[in-house]
Amino acid sequence: MPKLKSPKELENLREKILQKRKKDKTLISISSGTCGRASGSLRIVEAFKNAVKGYEDKIELKETGCHGFCSAEPNVIIFPEEIFYRNLKPEDAERIISSLVKGEILYELTYQDNGSKYPRLKEIPFYKDQKRILLSDNPLVDPTSIEDYISLGGYSSLSKALSMEPDAIVEEIKKSGLRGRGGAGFPTGRKWEIVRKQKSDVKYVICNADEGDPGAYMDRSLLEGNPHLVIEGMIIGGYAIGATEGWIYVRDEYPLAVQNVTKAIEDARKLGLLGKNILGSSFSFDIKIARGAGAFVCGEETALIASIEGKRGIPRQRPPYPAQKGLFGKPTNINNVETWGNVTRIIEKGADWYSSIGTEGSKGTKIFSLVGKVKNTGLVEVPMGMSINDLVYKVGGGGSNGKRIKAVQIGGPSGGCIPAELFHLPIDYESLTSAGAIMGSGGMIVMDEDTCMVDVARYFMNFLQDESCGKCVSCREGTQRMYEILTEIAEGRGTEEHLSLLEELGQIVKDASMCGLGQTAPNPVLSTLRYYRHEYEAHIKEKRCPALVCKELIHYYILPEKCVGCLLCLKSCPSGAISGELKKVHVIDESKCIKCGICMDVCPEKVRAVIKYSGKMPDKEAKNG
Amino acid sequence: MAKIRIDGIEFEAPEHWTILEAAKFLGLEIPTLCYYEGLTPWGGCRLCLVEIESGNNKKLVTSCTYPVEEGLSVKTSTPRVLKARKMMLELMIAQCPTSKTLQDLAAKMGVDKVRFKPKWETCFYCGLCVRMCEEQMMASAIGFVNRGNKLKITTPFDITSEDCRRCGGCIYICPACSLRCEGATPESVICARCENSLQPTCVEVYDNFTCWMGLKGECGTCVPITAGSKSAENPKK
Repeated sequence: MPKLKSPKELENLREKILQKRKKDKTLISISSGTCGRASGSLRIVEAFKNAVKGYEDKIELKETGCHGFCSAEPNVIIFPEEIFYRNLKPEDAERIISSLVKGEILYELTYQDNGSKYPRLKEIPFYKDQKRILLSDNPLVDPTSIEDYISLGGYSSLSKALSMEPDAIVEEIKKSGLRGRGGAGFPTGRKWEIVRKQKSDVKYVICNADEGDPGAYMDRSLLEGNPHLVIEGMIIGGYAIGATEGWIYVRDEYPLAVQNVTKAIEDARKLGLLGKNILGSSFSFDIKIARGAGAFVCGEETALIASIEGKRGIPRQRPPYPAQKGLFGKPTNINNVETWGNVTRIIEKGADWYSSIGTEGSKGTKIFSLVGKVKNTGLVEVPMGMSINDLVYKVGGGGSNGKRIKAVQIGGPSGGCIPAELFHLPIDYESLTSAGAIMGSGGMIVMDEDTCMVDVARYFMNFLQDESCGKCVSCREGTQRMYEILTEIAEGRGTEEHLSLLEELGQIVKDASMCGLGQTAPNPVLSTLRYYRHEYEAHIKEKRCPALVCKELIHYYILPEKCVGCLLCLKSCPSGAISGELKKVHVIDESKCIKCGICMDVCPEKVRAVIKYSGKMPDKEAKNG
Repeated sequence: MAKIRIDGIEFEAPEHWTILEAAKFLGLEIPTLCYYEGLTPWGGCRLCLVEIESGNNKKLVTSCTYPVEEGLSVKTSTPRVLKARKMMLELMIAQCPTSKTLQDLAAKMGVDKVRFKPKWETCFYCGLCVRMCEEQMMASAIGFVNRGNKLKITTPFDITSEDCRRCGGCIYICPACSLRCEGATPESVICARCENSLQPTCVEVYDNFTCWMGLKGECGTCVPITAGSKSAENPKK
């Protein structure tokens, strides 16, 4: 393909691509991101490729990025009717193709909830209440094809931006009210303005795709599903602040994202959308990829810069901010993947359109990865200001096994737990911060009654004591000591002094650490202490874990009046802790028990003689009830 | 020059100074540990924390790394600062109780208890040796390895480094291994013995017997603390 030398040539190319495509063709879009592949989408793709033979002129197949509905993977969306088939098996492919030829809908493969079937995407509760402005193109774009992206209007934002003055672009972003999607929520326009004002021969823009929160994968899906959206945003950003080089810092644990974004950059270069004199303008810009080795701390700006420079990934004191002295000592603008995607959309549709979505202080939409004990897990893009209630119950469909939802953990290891009583809170930067969590990059873990808050805090602290860079005493030793204390509590050796020490230490670590990691590291502990102190106290005073999670505090017991002596548990016990004979009551020897719970799992549904309890043994009525 | 305000003192500091340098110039004492003149400030030990104020936002920063800025307001010893510094020292002593430098600082800063289980490690990762080796000895023979709870300081691949000239700079500067404290025990992690016996005791009375330097107050360090006591008389007379 020849290089495009003007916006006009881009439009001509778009026309040509659209003309080449048959408009009446049915499109089967197969979700095939990393998550889809993990649940077998590549076999589905193969099956469809075989099944479609003979119908190629009517039906088109497309391997796309993630469609966002994880609990329905592998899934396909059929356009233009937008029919959604979920949890497919390879053998379903032929049936789907033949149903398409006949013009039927296979209701048994559609999404079902409470007895009703939802064949169309727009009707499914999971999608209905979302507002997808970034993820909307994911099912329509083959991430390895720049033509696909251009056919949907891609790179028109860039040609629009190149016709504007750089200052006007910065002004537009400022007006849109876009705030950094990496977590802290610094106004993007203001950041750009600072970098724009710096006098320097070389400036850089960086795309931070070092997504490390456990349970969060928004950036990965966007980067591997629609890489050109992010690249276009970066070129616009580069033009606005006067940068000539961009870097995408992506973790190597995202091989598909690295692969797709590498291909996307090459394609863009071939078309002259990257390189010298983009679209015939005087602006030159190119993008390089830096692969991170998976350190959580490298998501912090200054550590990320150090990592690109080839140094150890540790944060440094700000000021000077990266906007003044960043990569290789030059003014640098770092934004998150999602922020760059938003930039493209803002230039495309205007700041007024963008700022009409969201709340007073937080504009636009935010992608969350809704995971944990919720029915519909996946990537959800909702307008800012939606209540947590709506997100968890309407989009998420409520608890996964009918249990009461207790809390959500927002913002990953740096965030905090928000209890169900506060689910009326709107999702925006300020109200989440005031509730003790942070917006973070968008991890949202739903927890129900079976989740022990001490265990949650301990899990995150274990993650952080591993991932702290180790420079500051406060963060390195603080997280280790908090983990140590939480372990003491979880294992039944906690004292009341531990609680006050935990609080004091948490507050000081927050205060005394240098970078964002340390300053937010105590959040999981402090927020659970704030809302679930009674659970901590139960662990300490009664040596009881209310959610029956902490192994050291739970006991398994076989109810003699219920046990039928079937030998099932006895044979399954891996530590030989159960004794008994056929037709005689079995007994668990607690000194040998490793609390794996297999006995409880294998005990027949009708019998249910094995109970799990913590603290005092429940009385008779409770046992029978 | 940047106009700053430290503990109420208005001061014009050269722009390349850090808060610590300005405070030192003014004679304000800020404890330090991983800071060493001639080495790049590191900001790891967090002992030199001070509170800065910009607008309504008050935060703690390490004075050794924070540059002075026009209009900066600094307080070096607010309760928040002192509490944080003490906790940092407590954490470090719990990690490495055998460092005399740490034990001396504990006595000086009034850290009298350690609420964490002592780890009895021999290093608390202040990074002085690493910077000494790289910046003064130009060897870069040692460095940090791993992160978080697996952090350690060693040579590349844990084998003898060809870049090491055995200069001993790392040992010279180490606050943990060159000066050992033998007084810390599992029962009482805080030692503070020598600090207690070496401190001038002449806060109230001094004479030939009690002045620890035998100077009869000529040195001027004696501070009369209670009016009406003997020491209230001017010793210089």
